[in-house]
Amino acid sequence: MATLPKPEELARSIQYRVPDRGWMEVKPEFRPGTFLNAASPKWLEMVSYPFPREWSVPDEDWQLPDNWKEIILEGMEDRLNRFRTLKLFFDICVRCGACSDKCHFFLGTGDPKNMPVLRAELLRSIYKRYFTRIGKALGDLVGARDLDESVIKEWFYYLHQCTECRRCSLFCPYGIDMAELTILGRELLSSIGLNVEWIMASVGSCYTRGSHIGATPHAYKDMIDFFAEECERVTGILPNVTYNRKGAEILFIAPSGDYFADPGTYTYMGYLLLFEYIGLDYTISTYAAEGGNFGYFISHEMGKRLNIKMYEEAKRLGVKWILGGECGHMWRVCNQYMTTWNGPADFLEEPVSPITGTKFENAKAHKMVHITEFTADLIRHGKLRLDPRRNAHIKLTFHDSCNPARAMGLFEEPRYIIKHVLPEGNFVEMPPNTIREKTFCCGSGSGVNADEFLEIRMRGGFPRANAVRYVHEKYGVNHLGCICAIDRAVFPPLLQYWVPEVDVTGIHELVGNALVFDEEIERTTDLRDRDLVGFGEEEGGEDEE
Amino acid sequence: MKLSHLLSQRKLTIFERWLDLIFSSYPPETTRFLKKEKDRFNNPVAYRLSQGARGLVDALVSGATVEEVSRYLDEIIRIKAVQDFSPSQALAFVFLLKKVIREELAPEIRADTGLAAEMLDLESQIDGLALLGFDVYVKRREKLYDIRVNEVKAKVSGLLRKAGINVTHI
Repeated sequence: MATLPKPEELARSIQYRVPDRGWMEVKPEFRPGTFLNAASPKWLEMVSYPFPREWSVPDEDWQLPDNWKEIILEGMEDRLNRFRTLKLFFDICVRCGACSDKCHFFLGTGDPKNMPVLRAELLRSIYKRYFTRIGKALGDLVGARDLDESVIKEWFYYLHQCTECRRCSLFCPYGIDMAELTILGRELLSSIGLNVEWIMASVGSCYTRGSHIGATPHAYKDMIDFFAEECERVTGILPNVTYNRKGAEILFIAPSGDYFADPGTYTYMGYLLLFEYIGLDYTISTYAAEGGNFGYFISHEMGKRLNIKMYEEAKRLGVKWILGGECGHMWRVCNQYMTTWNGPADFLEEPVSPITGTKFENAKAHKMVHITEFTADLIRHGKLRLDPRRNAHIKLTFHDSCNPARAMGLFEEPRYIIKHVLPEGNFVEMPPNTIREKTFCCGSGSGVNADEFLEIRMRGGFPRANAVRYVHEKYGVNHLGCICAIDRAVFPPLLQYWVPEVDVTGIHELVGNALVFDEEIERTTDLRDRDLVGFGEEEGGEDEE
Repeated sequence: MKLSHLLSQRKLTIFERWLDLIFSSYPPETTRFLKKEKDRFNNPVAYRLSQGARGLVDALVSGATVEEVSRYLDEIIRIKAVQDFSPSQALAFVFLLKKVIREELAPEIRADTGLAAEMLDLESQIDGLALLGFDVYVKRREKLYDIRVNEVKAKVSGLLRKAGINVTHI
């Protein structure tokens, strides 16, 4: 009897990390639900990436190449030379702890190694040991440690519990960018053949077929045609869509999430209706069929390789500029990396809205405009006839997706659109410390939105869901709006767990609902076939439902 | 009778000590943070755990329906059900309430043996909480599996819709 554990002993045994031992000695446990599956060799072979092999994360032996240590250390040296930021971020941190409680993964997991300062230390300790004099001499006295396989496993575990959202860097007095460390750390992992199935499969598919989902050109076309027919069924308007049309003024590129998975599909219908309404001279490419870029979640090199299709296709089709759909990391890649990687785009023109004449000066270099900038400008110039009452059934709050918001400052445009397509009073902000620059990540960005990773995603997305729950309970919010395809894919499961009463929508779905065409049929439902409130009744009867 | 009076007098202390123990089930660095940061949005785990614990202590003192109690349990368990806890670890917090009450009321219990019977009854009630906790825990885990299946379907939901298949029917 006396040997049975008591509740407090059980509870104490929860000290699943740290207690009396230093962080270096506490190693992660790979429990199902807490790790991403290893990539199958075929995807690596498809893109000629090193060391393709069958391996599994819970295995003791990860079958690393014999010279893995050399590869990692040489890789680190190479990156220290190429990226001044890396060396700076390693050297400059004073462990002030400002970042420590700002990470959604720390807040949700309660795991101290998810404090950004400590996550960075996982890499920094190796840098110190092999690249600094003091670390070589004094070892763990100064936080340096030897590189062994357990370190690599730790990197794999924690570098996939960073979504590169950069919330921590906002609070860091030196601006240390954890996303950059994660990106380079993942590059190092990939250099010894440690990749994630979900990311690598998307990369392989995108590289060989055109989109992450691996859709063939005809399947892609088929799907968009279906959306056009759906638009006609609901609104009576059949958008005219062209594919790979040379001489179009604008090339439109959306993330593949918007054409295969609900609710992104309704956002795509919104795009088509908008373009039809303004008579935009645009085309869609079956080659540059992917706005997202999962390559960016493996390495800069692979990000560049996947990204090049955008400019190549724009050049081939002879368009003037590129319009991008509602996407998060795509926007960061296009706005901040594309010109450096694959530019200069001197074959394109500085984007000008053909409808309003507005010059998008912010897009002078990369020649690509985000659709919320484009639509907000249309509304500002009174070019759209909108009936917000058609969104009366939607009480919305807006999630600032990390990349467009924190990285690009795209705060006002989506809100401007929302305020014009929703009835007054139907838009509610979440608390200030959870939006705009301080927005909480969805917990599934940077390629970690695999279903096997669900538990960790639930933890990482909890701070965001907590704020959504607040506005739901206080103001009756029933929809979460966002301008990112990953958000649209991952928020439904997250909210089903934490706030099941709240649904997810893209902003252009709301635009599609509200747009009033001259020749349209009587609208009684929204794009999702849900009944409109106060329609199908006598005029003037608002909110009668 | 007397015990319930004592409980309602010491409600706040019992709640605070219990919450302290619940927080202590996390690593020390995390425990420190959970206790320190008071903003409900900057420290969502602590906020939800404390909401649940406060509700349960109130329920024990003033009574509550099974639905209400389950809702308070859910505030805590839905977090622990997705964190790094085994089922026993996730539910251990319920029994820690016994420990807190025993320690908090130790002098009174020692002084007045008449309290023992009431104490036993109270402990049975806490056992009841634990049993309800099992229900909540399993429900949360089932929900997680459901979500995972739904997510797999949702990845191709556009295609299914196009093929005239209603995702909710498969």
